[in-house]
Amino acid sequence: MQRTPLYDAHLRLGAKMVDFGGWAMPVSYPGGILDEHRATRQAVGVFDVCHMGEIHFRGSRAAEAVQRLVTNDVGRLADGRALYTVACLPTGGIVDDLIVYRIAADHYLTVVNAANLEKDRAWFFEHARPLCDVTDASAETGLIAFQGPGAKHALQPLTKLPLGELPSFALVDRCEIGGVSASIARTGYTGEDGFEIFCAAKDAPALWDRLVEAAAGIGGKPAGLGARDTLRLEARLPLYGNDLDETTTPLEAGLGWVVKLDGADFIGRAPLRAQKEAGVTRKLAGFVMTGRGIARHGYPIFEADGAAPVGTTTSGGPAPTVGKNVGLGYVPAELDRAGARISVDCRGKRVDAEVVKGPFYKRGRE
Amino acid sequence: MSAQLYPDDLFYTKDHEWARLEERDGQKLATIGVTRFAVDQLGDVTQVELPKEGETVKQAEVFGSVESVKAVSDLFAPLSGKVVKVNSPLADSPEYVNEDPYDEGWMIQVALGDAKELDGLLDAAAYQAFVREQGE
Repeated sequence: MQRTPLYDAHLRLGAKMVDFGGWAMPVSYPGGILDEHRATRQAVGVFDVCHMGEIHFRGSRAAEAVQRLVTNDVGRLADGRALYTVACLPTGGIVDDLIVYRIAADHYLTVVNAANLEKDRAWFFEHARPLCDVTDASAETGLIAFQGPGAKHALQPLTKLPLGELPSFALVDRCEIGGVSASIARTGYTGEDGFEIFCAAKDAPALWDRLVEAAAGIGGKPAGLGARDTLRLEARLPLYGNDLDETTTPLEAGLGWVVKLDGADFIGRAPLRAQKEAGVTRKLAGFVMTGRGIARHGYPIFEADGAAPVGTTTSGGPAPTVGKNVGLGYVPAELDRAGARISVDCRGKRVDAEVVKGPFYKRGRE
Repeated sequence: MSAQLYPDDLFYTKDHEWARLEERDGQKLATIGVTRFAVDQLGDVTQVELPKEGETVKQAEVFGSVESVKAVSDLFAPLSGKVVKVNSPLADSPEYVNEDPYDEGWMIQVALGDAKELDGLLDAAAYQAFVREQGE
């Protein structure tokens, strides 16, 4: 199994380690997932995301190369700005979901899912290398997420950078954080305000210790993959491999907002345009369990008391902040409306659920 | 420490359930729950599904399930018998299973059918040895 530079730090903290796509990762620390979830919603959580992939595109045609690969409009990015997007196959199926950062006109960084890194690298090399230099810096790059309503406050003492002035989805490429040379972005995967901090892999342990210490000062703590999953589900952020894969399109997944059909061409545009014109027939719906039960990945979904399944749960579990059990799953498009009654076969038991639109949890405005 | 992790007065299964025997009005009763090891593996328990009073459970067969934040796990009955009591507070307070698996977190009590079934269970020392092997 592969280890992140923070492996020893996790062991010291008493983490329960699991195999996550070939990586030894902390699922939780001794306080448990719910405790870490709560700490992130109320103060700040510190997440090891060093396993994620960083692929750089450099050269005068870098923008063009990245645009060819992703559905969102890379052309609208200014220096130091980022966007969320997906990369598609020629079929419109999703290769991965990722964040694209424009560091400079001739330098873009993409951050991709760890489990997809090899696939993405091959795909990006194949389609972008004719246009620009593409390098996989994942092994040399550390990445730590610092997420929660207290993130800005707790992090500020570690850097001279005025964090309050960093807009959402903005990046400062070279700065110093906790005595470590780093890049910092106001991005994340928890539904909270927060930062993702890139550094050299060798500096990651020192930065981690600083961040954990800063978090502890306001009641925050390290959080594992377990909390990362409940946090992202509650905020209704999709997870590749669960909610997105090569057989689903961004339009079906509710990611139409990252598909810019009228901009520059990209791989998969024609089938996505055709699907949009014809209308999607299935959609990724969010639902709240109204009966007693927890929907899990793979559990069949029915229309109310219907006899035959009409869809499948892709993610499910407790939403601790809202105190309900929630899920995501693909259903016929007509069922994806607020209040639609569905049921989920939870290990042989039919449990009622109701479709809801929008995130299960939404943070308050500052 | 080991006595607290796996109390000496309990019987254990390799599926990480425990049973505590007592005799009341001439009837042998077994209280059943899951072990500290199981709880540590599960993480935060969010829901417990148990049989109803009057139903019967069979040794080594599924009698319920535990949902944790991450996953769902079956519960296997250490002993056969008719369910005489269910720890109903667990429906609203599943966290008792994490906090106190051997007392507040008990799950069901059964009227023991066949005392010979006890021969198939582990004592605390044997269970602890088994858990240690699992950990390696």
